[in-house]
Amino acid sequence: MNIIIVGGGKVGAEITAALAKEGHDIVVLDTDPDVVKKLTDDYDVMGVCGSGVICANLIEAGAENARLIISTTSQDEINLLCCIIAKKLGARHSIARVRNPELVDQLPFMQSELGISTLVNPDFYAASEIAQVLQIPSAIKIDTFAKGRLLLAELKVDAGGKLDGMALHMLRRTFGAKILVCAVSRKDEIYIPGGNFVLEQDDHIYITASHPELLAFLNAAGYASGRIRNAMIVGGSRIAFYLAQQLIETGVSVKIIEIDHDRCVELSRILPRATIVCGDGTSEGLLVEEGVGHTDACVTLTGTDEENIIISMFAKSCGARKVITKVNKTSLQSMMTSVGLDTSVSPKTITANIILQYVRAKMNSKGSNIQTLYKLVGDRVEALEFVAGEQSKTVGVPLRDLKIKQGVLISGIIRKNKVIIPSGADLIEPHDRVIVVTTNRYFTDLDEILE
Amino acid sequence: MNFRYSLHIIGSIMRVVAALMLFPVLVSVIYSDGCAVWFLAVAAIMFAAGMLPLLLRVADKNIFAREGFFIVAVTWFLISMLGALPFYLSGQIPSYIDAFFETVSGFTTTGASILTDVESMSPSMLFWRSFTHWVGGMGVLVFAFAILSQNGARVSHILRAESPGPTYGKLVSKTKINSQILYGMYILLSVVEFALLVCGGMPAFDAMLNTFGTAGTGGFGIKNTSIGYYNNAYFDYVIGIFMVLFGINFNLYFLLIRRKFSDAVRNEELRWYLGIIAFSTVTIAANILPIYKTIGESIRYAFFQVASIITTTGYATADFGQWPVYSQAVLVALMFVGGCVGSTGGGLKVMRILIMIKTAIKEIRYSLNPRTVSSVVIDKKPIDRSVVTGVSSYLVTFSLLLAVSVLLVSISGRDFMTNVTAVIACLNNIGPGLGEVGPAGNFSSLSALSKVVLSFDMLAGRLEIFPLLAILIPSSWRK
Repeated sequence: MNIIIVGGGKVGAEITAALAKEGHDIVVLDTDPDVVKKLTDDYDVMGVCGSGVICANLIEAGAENARLIISTTSQDEINLLCCIIAKKLGARHSIARVRNPELVDQLPFMQSELGISTLVNPDFYAASEIAQVLQIPSAIKIDTFAKGRLLLAELKVDAGGKLDGMALHMLRRTFGAKILVCAVSRKDEIYIPGGNFVLEQDDHIYITASHPELLAFLNAAGYASGRIRNAMIVGGSRIAFYLAQQLIETGVSVKIIEIDHDRCVELSRILPRATIVCGDGTSEGLLVEEGVGHTDACVTLTGTDEENIIISMFAKSCGARKVITKVNKTSLQSMMTSVGLDTSVSPKTITANIILQYVRAKMNSKGSNIQTLYKLVGDRVEALEFVAGEQSKTVGVPLRDLKIKQGVLISGIIRKNKVIIPSGADLIEPHDRVIVVTTNRYFTDLDEILE
Repeated sequence: MNFRYSLHIIGSIMRVVAALMLFPVLVSVIYSDGCAVWFLAVAAIMFAAGMLPLLLRVADKNIFAREGFFIVAVTWFLISMLGALPFYLSGQIPSYIDAFFETVSGFTTTGASILTDVESMSPSMLFWRSFTHWVGGMGVLVFAFAILSQNGARVSHILRAESPGPTYGKLVSKTKINSQILYGMYILLSVVEFALLVCGGMPAFDAMLNTFGTAGTGGFGIKNTSIGYYNNAYFDYVIGIFMVLFGINFNLYFLLIRRKFSDAVRNEELRWYLGIIAFSTVTIAANILPIYKTIGESIRYAFFQVASIITTTGYATADFGQWPVYSQAVLVALMFVGGCVGSTGGGLKVMRILIMIKTAIKEIRYSLNPRTVSSVVIDKKPIDRSVVTGVSSYLVTFSLLLAVSVLLVSISGRDFMTNVTAVIACLNNIGPGLGEVGPAGNFSSLSALSKVVLSFDMLAGRLEIFPLLAILIPSSWRK
């Protein structure tokens, strides 16, 4: 697919990396020659130096024949203008990164009148992901399928916990919950496990289940449950705003610590029910005074990765129950796991995944389309949601009779509102939403899971 | 330094080159000249050598500029050393150093020859000799990446090291497709030239080999008197025009394919290139008019020689060693200019000259009025400062290498003119110089040391110096 990516910043580079790996024909357009050089050095892509709002540059980048243009510069208006121009020049689809909430609200108008295919808002996605984890705080990470009907939870097996040393086929019998372990990451190895797989301490396991079943399982397996009732957010960024909005809606009391006074005033205006504290979030005294030790959750969202990590470590040592850290440098992730900061979010990675999902869905316009895509274990495993087409070869055959590729597991089927955690006797019906967890890459159609 | 993966890539390129060696086998069978066995043997050795790295397990597939330099430099050395074997083993070039010189001269598209009697070579040897021009012209690695499937990211580091010019750009997103397009246009142009020569009555074998020499801007003649042997104005013009065409940036042909005619024509480098050719042709024609009598004849010889020298091909239709001094001076100046960026030509490249001239003008203006701020603009785009400094340091290194080579070559004696022009002709990948190495003479009488130095110069000229010098610096070998 011919794709133009405008803006090679953090998000742009991440998208370039992900799409180049999948073999698309990519042209990167950026005003900074160093950025263009870096990206063309690192990936098999073409670079054009110039602005995304200048026709000549867009034409040079091949906008006339592009299937998709993704504009991810730091400015909303440039992104929108770029998409509109590219569309007029002949690009088929366009995605603009837009962060201003007021602009995001105009999406229907922009789609119908300006021809922009979709808007992506990294801050909003990051906030949603954090809010999901806060609903089930004992999980490291929560992803949702089929509008939240099915959850994919990442858990850590604690030493001496109930799960340590247990074979997977015993899980259902022991805890009585309908769940499925669909992937296990142990040190550097990834397993798509069978029934005889035995869990060990420090394994990270990925579980699919419906919301109530997951809660029941966590209770039975001895994971601390209990809702998050109050949360402290350090850093009053846009993500903080979206997150506070979502948390307040679910009845969590929110306290935001922000250093800039004007921003505090603005936040207090748009978030009347949150407590806004003006002060330096890196100051130990302030954090203790504001009760970081007693808070159920502490979310660090300042603009600097390192600050976030330090504050998170401090919050954890003070006794905050759940700590979530925002980091953009993927290189820091393994370091964080080693100091016990399990849950982190990276807006650029989330955005890249959403765009990947969009691209794969566009590549397959007829068959069983991709609805959702998540990458697990540092993009070594993919969890995909397909809607089974009527012509699909997977339809109507009991799962045990399907010849499924190695490293592929059907981890959930959603039929209307019913969640099925599948066994060999179940079968897929047309229009079912099918959740596939796989170590293979680049599936665009449900039929590709078959040999 | 990622040796394992670099060796893997080098190995796969060796296998490709081994496959290329089957072409002369075919020629040998057709003409039954008995040389097939040597080519088969060397191809087998090459293939086996190319399989060796497969024994190494590769975990890390990351390569950077350093590995790119290493891969390119080592590949070129290896193919030259192995490519020389058929000449040596068959006994048609008795000395290995001579055979090596001849092969380096072929792959680097220099066209400097040590053969005193070309016509005595067997057809398959002649074919291989000219074929190295054709392969080396667009680039051995470009060719390999056009057909190998393992094109991952970061291949651009390798192609940048092999492609001539101060900057490196792609035509399309994928490196593999990019290489295929380049070779597609290259093959197309070659076929057209071949057809035109055959239509004019040149024997097919000669037409093919002369086309190889033109396309790679190499210049190995297959007759003792080069193209002058045919003494045919039609051939002179066809070959002359095609030399000029192969000296043009191939990206411009791609623009033509995409129907962006005005962009192609407006290209500043192209205009300078054609301007220089026109100017040199006219003034030399005027200068040599007394020798050739008619205007038509002098333009014919002047144009052919100008095209041959500026594109660094090195074909000759006349012994320009006998021309007036002015003509010789212009030709020596053209040796440095070279073709356009992204062409098969060698030399400094018109683009670099253009950047240097514009920088010089800028500096003069600056010294008159120190407050002026201006940037070097080409094709209405400002040239990045790093490119300008890159060009200057290239020029400095180039001059140093030139000086050192002249000193080394002078150890073996001979006259100044011969030594200097021999180095210039090799470093710029042209072929003939003046004096003893002029179009009427050749490089056979030089000492072994001189031949080794000149071989190095030819490789340095083709790979634009840095990759070759880089592997001589110890720190680049460290892990």
